[in-house]
Amino acid sequence: MDLRFRDAEPTAEERAAIDALLGGPESAWEGGARTEDDLRFAAHPAEDRRDQLLPALHAVNDRVGWISEGALDYICRRLTVPPAEAYSVATFYSLLSVEPRPPRVLHVCTDLACQARGADAVRRDVESHLGPAGTSWQPSPCLGLCERAPAALALQAGENPTATVYGPADFSDISSFDRLSPSAGQEEAGVRPASIEVSPEGTTARSAVAEVRQEVAGVHLAAPVPPEVGGVFGEVPVRAAVPQAGEPGLVLLRRVGVVDPASLDEYRAAGGYAALRRAFELGPGGVIREVLEAGLVGRGGAAFPTGRKWEATARQFDRPHYLVCNADESEPGTFKDRVLMEGDPYALVEAMTVAGYATGCARGYLYIRGEYPRAIRRLEHAIATARARGLLGEDILGQGFAFDIEIRRGAGAYICGEETAIFNSIEGYRGEPRSKPPFPVEKGLFGKPTVVNNVETLVNVLPILEGGAAAYAAVGTGGSTGTKLFCVSGTVRRPGIYELPFGATLGDLLTLAGGATGTLRAVLLGGAAGAFVRADELDIPLTFEGTRAAGATLGSGVILVLDDTVELPPFLLRIAEFFRDESCGQCVPCRVGTVRQEEALHRLSRRRSAGDLVVLREVGQAMRDASICGLGQTAWNAVESAIDRLGVFAEEAS
Amino acid sequence: MTVPLRPPRRLIEITVDGEAVRVPEGDTILDACAAAGKDIPTLCYGDTLTPKNACRVCVVEVEGARTLAPACSRKAEAGMVVGTATERAKHSRKVVLELLASSVDLSTTPRAAEWIDEYGADPARFGPDAATVAQPAKVDNELYVRDYAKCILCYKCVDACGDQWQNSFAIAVSGRGFDATISTEFDAPLTDSACVYCGNCVEVCPTGALSFKTEFDMREAGTWNEDEQTQTTTICSYCGVGCNLTLHVQENQIVKVTSPHDNPVTHGNLCIKGRFGFQHVQNVGASTDG
Repeated sequence: MDLRFRDAEPTAEERAAIDALLGGPESAWEGGARTEDDLRFAAHPAEDRRDQLLPALHAVNDRVGWISEGALDYICRRLTVPPAEAYSVATFYSLLSVEPRPPRVLHVCTDLACQARGADAVRRDVESHLGPAGTSWQPSPCLGLCERAPAALALQAGENPTATVYGPADFSDISSFDRLSPSAGQEEAGVRPASIEVSPEGTTARSAVAEVRQEVAGVHLAAPVPPEVGGVFGEVPVRAAVPQAGEPGLVLLRRVGVVDPASLDEYRAAGGYAALRRAFELGPGGVIREVLEAGLVGRGGAAFPTGRKWEATARQFDRPHYLVCNADESEPGTFKDRVLMEGDPYALVEAMTVAGYATGCARGYLYIRGEYPRAIRRLEHAIATARARGLLGEDILGQGFAFDIEIRRGAGAYICGEETAIFNSIEGYRGEPRSKPPFPVEKGLFGKPTVVNNVETLVNVLPILEGGAAAYAAVGTGGSTGTKLFCVSGTVRRPGIYELPFGATLGDLLTLAGGATGTLRAVLLGGAAGAFVRADELDIPLTFEGTRAAGATLGSGVILVLDDTVELPPFLLRIAEFFRDESCGQCVPCRVGTVRQEEALHRLSRRRSAGDLVVLREVGQAMRDASICGLGQTAWNAVESAIDRLGVFAEEAS
Repeated sequence: MTVPLRPPRRLIEITVDGEAVRVPEGDTILDACAAAGKDIPTLCYGDTLTPKNACRVCVVEVEGARTLAPACSRKAEAGMVVGTATERAKHSRKVVLELLASSVDLSTTPRAAEWIDEYGADPARFGPDAATVAQPAKVDNELYVRDYAKCILCYKCVDACGDQWQNSFAIAVSGRGFDATISTEFDAPLTDSACVYCGNCVEVCPTGALSFKTEFDMREAGTWNEDEQTQTTTICSYCGVGCNLTLHVQENQIVKVTSPHDNPVTHGNLCIKGRFGFQHVQNVGASTDG
């Protein structure tokens, strides 16, 4: 490809960051210094490494904090990507910047769960200390720290990039922001390059103990950071997010907060890798049959039968097949996948291996959202350990099955959780959804048959294989089998991840979580793309069919509780703002429709008007009918249910 | 002109508005609608490009589907029952036209006014403060102008510049959502970009956001008059390829150059010489002076 560059040069630091990822350039043809030899041979045929574009952009952004034109051009030379296209990709993601900015950027969550718990005050405090949003801080969509709302996340670029989690965030005294900034000494003690080094057994076994010793609510740097989560500060033990931790009867959460997430031995001692052994006994077809008979459906929101997806992928003649694990959990109020990944990372590694075996994949991509630094580091460590022990790689458990997992880090785009946008993002293109058909099982990642599953869906495969399909299907209801994770947040006494068998009611769950902190006003089910239910509808069964019958949705398992301290119109406005920000911009109904809906809601929160309600409805209908993907199709659901079910804006409209 | 025959394809039957239509397998719903004599509005569809189905103005209702389908890209399947003028389809088209017309300057988009009228769209309903993409036109070279206040983000120019035709990759969509625009890297001027001035982006632009500098200047001056223009198709004299040029002439001056899309060799694409190298034809003074 004949590329044209302007004269920008990368700095030595930018070049080093990119070379650390891609290796040094082999010749002047791909960005190296020009020598006489380069004149004597033509370029090697450009190897297609477009999928390294997003990792390369991350590398620069992590090192310097932003991507200069020189850095972008050097990436383009290395990967043979046109600069205009690389720029278009870099400007798609909100964690990447093509404008100069300081190395430390604070992302202040202003999304639903945090808004219900005082995010506005946090935002005002930050603004008064750091000035207007834009460079040193920015408002952020849901950070997935909803049980610790209001939350914030500081990302510090540098040779050893670090992340600091604030939850609950309190910046009324700005020294709390400074105090948590990792000082040089802490960096030496805690930071280790996030890559891929198996820690010696002795240190990992003790790390959980050290972690549990950390104070849950106090200031968070008391104990040393365990090496496998080096560079992540301010975290509390994952156990704090799971009020049920250690209780008998848990299935998906049984190891979370109990078993050291860094130790493969403890994982195996707690029943790990029994499912993979069982899978090898059953053979790929047998595994798919079990999953079909268990009645497992996807937990990401769409509730598609997992076994049918696997079967359809396994049947494709076109090779290779790919597995993609969708860990781009970004639905506001959702944090179950983060807790699973942080608390039981080997379970996901094992489940992906089983899925790869059943569907004939030799490679799995694990796409984790960039806002989850601890989950990323835990999985990097778990994958490296599994690889070192022969549980990933060429010959897994001596069964002749080859499978490996590559982590891809998202960069701040809700839309990349859409099952085809995730392919474009991994391939190095803008994370825009593709038209379906063709469906992923036919033409997915790199145009090959691909199975895409959510983290929670995959982890469900383990109990199916361990106990058999019949035992699994015996739990829950006829239409919804097994157990479900619920992300309880908002104005509720004990927020966190709860696991319940399908069939429990919303009221049961709220009782378990200690009830609302004030008088219950409404519950948002399923996240920003879900629906509100009233305080008198707590008998809704939390099953796929039960919520559907009630005109709501289970979605990704969000249970966002709102008491009477939460004003609804600003809350609805935030939902509209979220979709306006996160629309990829590809199709007109969503790109312009989300803007028009936000404008109408702004007007409605000042003055009720029947005309604006009609605008909302008509635009909402067109978005639902004519948008390319699920984002636009569901963007109006929650606001519609607030108007129809809760009667918001009803009183004075005429 | 000889157009090569395509290999024969099996015919399938679909129903369009209650009427049975037989189309070759692989054709789109839009092709079937055309065969049935239905006029479906399209904006981002290009006859020489792979459908992007971004504008959603061509949506139709397919029986049994949860959402509407873009006619331009959805393949017709045997037995499919399509409604082109159902309430849902008409409603979505109306709203899409309202959303576009309220945010983008459609004054030079062929047929936009006619469709807005036909579907009863009311772009003013979103109020005077509705956000728009209004911005100054980018005039950074002598050949063509990028007036992104008229851009509906159909991706056609990006596709024509990229791997579908020119392989220059000078432009791409940057930013996200409503703030997305067509841009070079770091919004550099075209003269500093990979642009080769083939003008194939201008050829496919459906709204006039991309236009010849001659046309842009004449519109500014109020002298652009399409009714007075003649179109003459001839052969480019610069090299031996033999591309067809359609010369648009107003008052004996060439004001812009297009190329027939049905040409089996070039499909409407030209190079800088054919597209923009017409000044010498009318530069009479200079030649006599020389």
